[in-house]
Amino acid sequence: MAYHSFLLEPISCHAWNKDRTQIALCPNNHDVHIYKKAGNSWTKTHELKEHNGQVTGIDWAPESNRIVTCGTDRNAYVWTLKGDVWKPTLVILRINRAARCVKWSPKENKFAVGSGSRLISVCYFEQENDWWVCKHIKKPIRSTILCLDWHPNNILLAAGSCDFKCRIFSAYIKEVEEKPAPTPWGSKMPFGEVMFESTGTAGWVHGVCFSDSGNRVAWASHDSTVAVAEGGKSAVVTSLTSETLPLLCVTFITENSLVAAGHDCYPALFVYDAGKGAITFGGKLDVPKQSAQKGMTARERFQNLDKKATSDTKEAVLESLHKNSISQISLLDGGKAKCTKFCTTGMDGGMAIWDVKVKLIMYIFCFVQFSWATVIPNKMPKLLKSFLLSSLFVSVFNSPSNLP
Amino acid sequence: MSKNTVSDRFRKVDVDEYDENKFVDEEDGGENQLGPDEAEVDSLIRQYPSSSFLTLICKGNLMEALQAVLKNPPINTKNQNVKDRAEGLVLKVLSSFKASDIEKGVQSLDKNGVDLLMKYIYKGFERPSENSSAILLQWHEKALSAGGVGCIVRVLTARKTV
Repeated sequence: MAYHSFLLEPISCHAWNKDRTQIALCPNNHDVHIYKKAGNSWTKTHELKEHNGQVTGIDWAPESNRIVTCGTDRNAYVWTLKGDVWKPTLVILRINRAARCVKWSPKENKFAVGSGSRLISVCYFEQENDWWVCKHIKKPIRSTILCLDWHPNNILLAAGSCDFKCRIFSAYIKEVEEKPAPTPWGSKMPFGEVMFESTGTAGWVHGVCFSDSGNRVAWASHDSTVAVAEGGKSAVVTSLTSETLPLLCVTFITENSLVAAGHDCYPALFVYDAGKGAITFGGKLDVPKQSAQKGMTARERFQNLDKKATSDTKEAVLESLHKNSISQISLLDGGKAKCTKFCTTGMDGGMAIWDVKVKLIMYIFCFVQFSWATVIPNKMPKLLKSFLLSSLFVSVFNSPSNLP
Repeated sequence: MSKNTVSDRFRKVDVDEYDENKFVDEEDGGENQLGPDEAEVDSLIRQYPSSSFLTLICKGNLMEALQAVLKNPPINTKNQNVKDRAEGLVLKVLSSFKASDIEKGVQSLDKNGVDLLMKYIYKGFERPSENSSAILLQWHEKALSAGGVGCIVRVLTARKTV
């Protein structure tokens, strides 16, 4: 685990380049700053100044090395590196509200922008006019689109919206690609067709993610739930209501496990069991060092009782790595199939890099399964169960392979 | 000077009703929801358990009453009377619990039950009577330790509530 504090302001959004040596982020203003890794520290190499409003989404295409940014000024720019300078190209999105999120498609020939005008703009490059053109997906979206994710087949697009639904649309553009093969989500995919619409969860959908195969989609919703849907004849939805504050971002790290983070300031692991159709909470991935228990004098205890009506010795300090909500997760190594490292940025202006040990995930999964069986009786106090789980995490994460 | 200076009826027009982009929730058939059964709940509160221990009489079967009153919540109905009646019933059951039994009552509920109980607790806070807030606060504390802050978030984000 490594934590670097970039700013004192929130990081609105970030994106990594292909070899993970450079990060582009928005420091809560109209610009995009690109930092380059130099040993153990980060140096700012570029400042991309073109937007007139806060930059709300950045995505860096790994193969073609282009950056697309979108902002509250209702515009999107595609930046290409010419020599040592990033040159912007304006993309007219034809929206009349702020753009909220942007994602390159897997083949990088198009990108999608979610906006507050209740529509998704799918933009592709038209060779004859040397210009980015966009097509709109409007129906049946009824509120702001908060998050997007592309299916690996470059056609399907999952969108989470403020009208409490997660939908999968077809973004098939016949000018740039051929007809797609059928998928578990459906076989007819004209542009704008709704392949799936979620039911059962309330609350704005803050984060959405396809699994590596594209057969599953997971979303995190503002009513503190995380849900997974599996494509098929009858798309099956399973959801988990959690006891924590709402999660803001979610991503698959293997086909069966997700990492999600949000207003509770720590990433949490969730495991999806397709056979039983259930999601289980796999534990917090942020285990703070146990601070020494200070003894309290009787005087301090009475003072606490007087001031705070409690003699609790807990301090009002967050023990997690991030000191404010985590707003975005990105995968660094291994992709969605076997992720080994991921990065989180948040409202505290810091960026943390987390290691994942895949074997640990399997072990925790088995442990969770095991404990729900008869061996550990149900009457075992919650505290003991969580202590066992967290001690497992502590033992593995404190192992010597810590990265700078 | 404008012609019409007397009538101000136009100020009372709710323009949002005429906005074609206004968000309307989906209709869920709620006409048949009647709320928990009053007779059943009353009988369970007064019921004596069929135990032969003398010390257990006059206790009433409150656990069962709690389960019964949380069945059939009138979530989708538009009938305000049904909702008020349900809320009154729940408040009656919650008040008849002894303070030491509240925790056991909360443990006997599943996750959805705890969420529903929290919804009723907050509904009860909206209209406080002499002693209701104190009792509800005790229930709130126990329900919070069972359901966590996520439970409260679900009360706040629910579009249709009891």
